[in-house]
Amino acid sequence: MNFMGIEQFPDYKVPGTQHQDFSPYESNGGSIVAIAGDDYVVIAADTRLSSGYTIHTRKQNKLFQLSGKTVLGSTGCWCDTLALTALVKARMQMYEHTHLKTMSTDAIAQMLSIIMYNKRFFPYYVSNVLAGLDNEGKGVVYSYDPIGHCERATYRAGGSAGALLQPVLDNQIGFKNMQLDGEIPKVSKDRAVAIATDTFISAAERDIYTGDAVCINIITKDGIEVKEVQLRKD
Amino acid sequence: MYAGHQVIPQQFWSNGPAPGQFYNFTGGYNGLATGSANQCKEYTTPGLFGTQHSSSPITTGTSVVGIKFDGGVMIAADNLVSYGSLARYQDVQRVFKVNNKTIMGAGGDFADFQSLKRSIDQKIVEDLCHGDDLEMKPKSLYNWLTRVFYNRRSRFNPLWLEMVVGGLDNGEPFLGHVDLRGRAYEDDVVATGFGKHLALPLVREQLVEGKKLTQEQASDVLRKCMEVLYYRDCRSMPKYSVVVCTKDGSVVQGPFNVNENWQLATMVKGY
Repeated sequence: MNFMGIEQFPDYKVPGTQHQDFSPYESNGGSIVAIAGDDYVVIAADTRLSSGYTIHTRKQNKLFQLSGKTVLGSTGCWCDTLALTALVKARMQMYEHTHLKTMSTDAIAQMLSIIMYNKRFFPYYVSNVLAGLDNEGKGVVYSYDPIGHCERATYRAGGSAGALLQPVLDNQIGFKNMQLDGEIPKVSKDRAVAIATDTFISAAERDIYTGDAVCINIITKDGIEVKEVQLRKD
Repeated sequence: MYAGHQVIPQQFWSNGPAPGQFYNFTGGYNGLATGSANQCKEYTTPGLFGTQHSSSPITTGTSVVGIKFDGGVMIAADNLVSYGSLARYQDVQRVFKVNNKTIMGAGGDFADFQSLKRSIDQKIVEDLCHGDDLEMKPKSLYNWLTRVFYNRRSRFNPLWLEMVVGGLDNGEPFLGHVDLRGRAYEDDVVATGFGKHLALPLVREQLVEGKKLTQEQASDVLRKCMEVLYYRDCRSMPKYSVVVCTKDGSVVQGPFNVNENWQLATMVKGY
């Protein structure tokens, strides 16, 4: 149909069609916890990929090793996670070729924020937590919102059970609102791994989008150690 | 203007929408603003009143089920393409051999699939013309599909499909699933649509951790899946085809018929 040179579409329904609305987004669940120490950083994510009551797979790794000392945990809309991480990896390779060195954790953190804000009006629907060692070898954690707000922290929970896990970390790692004499106690690497594992066991009890198994990456100056702990699968 | 000088004011706010005007995002169709008739108009380029995209599938295929077994992969789907609730086309292949190491199956809008298949077929012909025995690996096809679907969903013009891709990638069995948003994952068993609810549990029951199914076991459990799907999925039919990929190549088998038995039906009461 053509009206004053403007294309108009007729309003008709084809018989026999199933009318469904299309949404470009979908929540695929998953949770991330990251804890940084003086010379290590631990990042953990569950391995369940689901939408609604359907579990697609029980062994989807959501931790992306970007370099020898940086790991990105990404959950939310899985198709956006795939697109985002592919772009980050490509941009890191470009950096490596132009500057002849691997991107530092801080640089990756800044780039990730820019890449996400670049899609401010059609965001990547993802919850990101970036863990790594900084230039001094200290553990750092960066957390993001879907449009690229970036915040540096020492511990952070994100994803579908983020709101469930963060208060536990505030208590166990941050020692918030406690009568302490002097400094906040330091948390050892083994204690950090144990707490991260326990938070996931707890989250799997209450969050249906978290479960099956938890993949833990322990980053130290010697490299990245990968561990897996089984969670409840119902 | 001022003593004969042409005053060019610095633009305070450039590249943004003028106050009270609509902003046309770059790459879009600017219509009357530019008035150029030769403007490149992609079919996804919005017009003055936006663009209408297909927002629902029309001719559809139902479930596809894929299983990895020791030394290969097989994918099954029935031979029906429906038009709403009408069983419209009853002798259509929905599983395919792409090449000797790649196979696939499609569910969802069949027209979208046919248009996609033209591109894939073209790539196969290219591979053959090179004559260097290099073929597309399943992971490449899987990854390519991921990007195509994600691109189309980002333009709000999705290819309404759920695809299962399988094959041998460097001798290792590969099985993956991609949907209309570009959401992709790999697993030992994948299914689409109703198969996700009915077939997945049946196959997972047979899978023991750390132990692979034999080709015969896989084919038996697929037969059972197609039977259950036929009984409970109203958009399915008893005739199905299977495509198998092993180191000896890919081959489409069938059509087979499920062992339907409706003797119990007379005893079902209460509806």
